Amino acid sequence: MIELRNITKYFGAKKAVDTISFAVEKGEILGFLGPNAAGKSTTMRIITGYIPPSRGTVVIGGNDILTDSLSARGKIGYLPENAPAYPDMTVYAFLDFCAQIRGFSGKDRKTKTEEIIDRCFLNSVKHQAISTLSKGYKQRVCFAQSIIHDPEYLILDEPTDGLDPNQKHEVRMMIRNMAAEKAIILSTHILDEMDAVCTRAIIIANGRIVVDETPENLRKKSPSHGAITLEIPKGNPKKLIACLKSIAGTKSVESLTTEDQSLRVRVFPEPGSDAIAEKILSELIKKRYRVKSIFVEQGHLDEVFRMLTTEASMEQDIDFKKKRLSKRLRNLPDLRSQRLKQPE
Amino acid sequence: MNMNQAKTITNITVILKRELGSYFGSPVAYVFIIVFLMLSGFFTFNISHFFEMGQADLRSFFQWHPWIYLFLVPAVSMRLWAEERRLGTMELLLTLPVTLPQVILGKFLAGWIFLGIALLLTFPLVITTLYLGNPDLGAIFCGYIGSFLMAGAYLSIGIMTSSMTRSQVISFILAVVICLFFILAGFSPVTRAFSGWAPLWLTDLVAQLSFLTHFASIERGVLDIRDILYFVSIIFFMLYTNATILENRKTS
Repeated sequence: MIELRNITKYFGAKKAVDTISFAVEKGEILGFLGPNAAGKSTTMRIITGYIPPSRGTVVIGGNDILTDSLSARGKIGYLPENAPAYPDMTVYAFLDFCAQIRGFSGKDRKTKTEEIIDRCFLNSVKHQAISTLSKGYKQRVCFAQSIIHDPEYLILDEPTDGLDPNQKHEVRMMIRNMAAEKAIILSTHILDEMDAVCTRAIIIANGRIVVDETPENLRKKSPSHGAITLEIPKGNPKKLIACLKSIAGTKSVESLTTEDQSLRVRVFPEPGSDAIAEKILSELIKKRYRVKSIFVEQGHLDEVFRMLTTEASMEQDIDFKKKRLSKRLRNLPDLRSQRLKQPE
Repeated sequence: MNMNQAKTITNITVILKRELGSYFGSPVAYVFIIVFLMLSGFFTFNISHFFEMGQADLRSFFQWHPWIYLFLVPAVSMRLWAEERRLGTMELLLTLPVTLPQVILGKFLAGWIFLGIALLLTFPLVITTLYLGNPDLGAIFCGYIGSFLMAGAYLSIGIMTSSMTRSQVISFILAVVICLFFILAGFSPVTRAFSGWAPLWLTDLVAQLSFLTHFASIERGVLDIRDILYFVSIIFFMLYTNATILENRKTS
């Protein structure tokens, strides 16, 4: 288990991470999301022991990263942001170096290196210098480095950054296949990726956790979740909307686009009303409308993401303005007393 | 030897081998060795007139080492940490299960071995003196040991400045300036300027800080335990400072 206990990190006076706590069990793939500069990479660097937190600590499978750093680091595989690797080394030499540092020697060292090259599809570039590789290969080399010792805990900072769709798919499959016996934390700003891979999502904004949910529940927070989108041959839109509004359980109706041939509307149900699609369908058939298509919205993750992260930054903005205002108010009496003194 | 010690030694050697490989994997190594050999040849033969001196010792060779090292050793050390910072590999390296002292020692020893190889390649000079006369081989050996120790002290300053910045150029310049200070403190024009007004103990203290003062007897072929201790403690102090700098860094 990876456990973060009240992690706080200051850079100078700036609070980059603000009392973050969570725990990740084996079998979980945690998606760590947030806008740029939200504190994702900083948090991951703290988890892997690269930079110490200002307050709090991280416990990796029973080993504290601050007091028992070596054992903790030994259990982690880490893919840093931008996948750094030594450009003057060949792929084989680099992975061989990593295997040795991870404590493999003799025959083990060779088999581990060969095995990981095979698993990450690096055979074709095995003896090439890393500086000559494309971004996708570099990413895979660094990924290979992170799993060479089959770690219990895997920390991946933007693992699919810069990969083409096929490579992205491959990496995601690899991550999912490893998930059963590992605890994985991966950061990303690609929402589809989180949806495709993760079993749990944490969104942070301004260094604070704003939500900790499964991707499914996250989607339910979307305003369009459960809404019904209808497409109907062109007719009188007002009449249609009035008809839809009359159905019990609809909250509001929004007309989306009127194309040449058809009319698209979205019906938002009252919270808690069931089987609204069925009711709409039977009503429309009764009124002799021809329904071209009907679709129940699952909700959009990017809507939720935007909602949650902008909310958080707005809150911070308000906080800041409040503080500034109260500071000014405090300074006010001073000014007055100064002015009173002047005539003397 | 227990498990931990064995692990420490393996880690240091793994890092050392990687660094050494990266020296010889780039043209910098060969350029360095050639320039070093040419410069020491030039100073020994053309400036000190080795042949005309008619002495079968290597004093005229060793006497130039503090000045040659001044520019060449920082060139060897400048990439040790600055490059890791620039590439981001430092993040990788320092999250591996190795301790900071192990990494620093591995890197330092790699640089030192590299300098040692360059120094050993001056062996034709020893053969020349052997051919021309009947030199004191013990003195020559002491000179080599002393020169190697001094190279280590220069290197430790260079690796320390390399850890301060991600720019190799800045690292190089800082190292040259600090090394120059360590040379000038014992340079006779400087000590003379001091002795005019300062009390003797202060003049001595400043002079004792200098590479030149401690190298003076070594270049004659006398290896004093105090001089060895001096160079070793400079190395230790600089490597310790290096660790402190890296521990207190903010990010990358």
